Amino acid sequence: MTAEYVGLDDWTPEVLAVPGEVLPVVSAPDPVLSRPGPEVDPTSDEVVRLAADLVATMRVSPGCVGLAAPQVGVSAQVFAVDVAGHPKAVTVHRTFVLCNARVVEASRWKAGREGCMSVPDLTGDVKRASRLVVEGVLPGTGKPVRLVTDGFEARALQHEIDHCAGLLFLDRVAGAHAIYQRKVYL
Amino acid sequence: MNELAITVIGRDRPGIVADVAEALARLGANLTDSTMTRLRGHFAMTLICVGPAAADVEAALAPLAADGQLLATVRAVTPDGETTAAGEPYVLAVHGADRMGIVAAMTRVLADAGGNVTDLSTRLTGSLYVVVAEVELPSGSSDEVAGRLARTAAELGVGVSLRPADTDLL
Repeated sequence: MTAEYVGLDDWTPEVLAVPGEVLPVVSAPDPVLSRPGPEVDPTSDEVVRLAADLVATMRVSPGCVGLAAPQVGVSAQVFAVDVAGHPKAVTVHRTFVLCNARVVEASRWKAGREGCMSVPDLTGDVKRASRLVVEGVLPGTGKPVRLVTDGFEARALQHEIDHCAGLLFLDRVAGAHAIYQRKVYL
Repeated sequence: MNELAITVIGRDRPGIVADVAEALARLGANLTDSTMTRLRGHFAMTLICVGPAAADVEAALAPLAADGQLLATVRAVTPDGETTAAGEPYVLAVHGADRMGIVAAMTRVLADAGGNVTDLSTRLTGSLYVVVAEVELPSGSSDEVAGRLARTAAELGVGVSLRPADTDLL
């Protein structure tokens, strides 16, 4: 089956039509963070609720630009991203949730310092594609989406897609001296 | 020409590097490769210098250790000469719940495969233990090593990844 991928259009979390609940965020070494999440049925009630919960939890977490299902203890390929207002963001798609997302094109690899709510005390230098095309489906409608983005939003997407595959930024650090004790907490 | 390996370890305070470097400079010792960091708040410096006799350097560093807060050691070493270039550079990352023997088990897998660790750092933060090692592996061995690392990591209940290191572009 070949799906016709389109943009996010005017998708907002309100179309989920369920109130999101703020969930506790789990930290490494919780094993759920290292387990590849299964694909989900984006139209199921469970996934729609999870999507709303991810948005709600992301919104109450200072400095949080993305949150993946394993970070709230659920092994599944679902994540929320919102880099709006971040000073380093260029292309911005505002708040969105993707299910079963995968990277289909990645280029212009650049190193950058990353942190993670699930690894609160460390940051690390990680190389990520700064030009990115991602395909996934929207929770609720199940509509296939193709996102073209760059820079900071591209980095956030790759970080969240990694979470869904059971990978942390720690798995991609550039070398033995590329991990740092976090100095600034947002 | 004497080649000396020096370590200085102990309670951190401003000025240790300056004190050590000054003592060496006064003796005409040429500081070559060095590394310094703080390990759980402790000052830790390792360096190689060439020039003076080991006994002279020991005497020069003795005042540093006089208050019992720092330990300095000086050893004459044989110049290594050219090290044989090993195989392919990889970065090994391990993370998981802290427990005994993670570094021992993972680096034993590398050693048994003929891999040479060229740089290593470990960190304990809360209950999370993180190991990042740069390692040179014999050509063509990485798939097999990755498989063995994954099996050992599974036994330890930790996550592991082995990726090619960035190569120099220019």
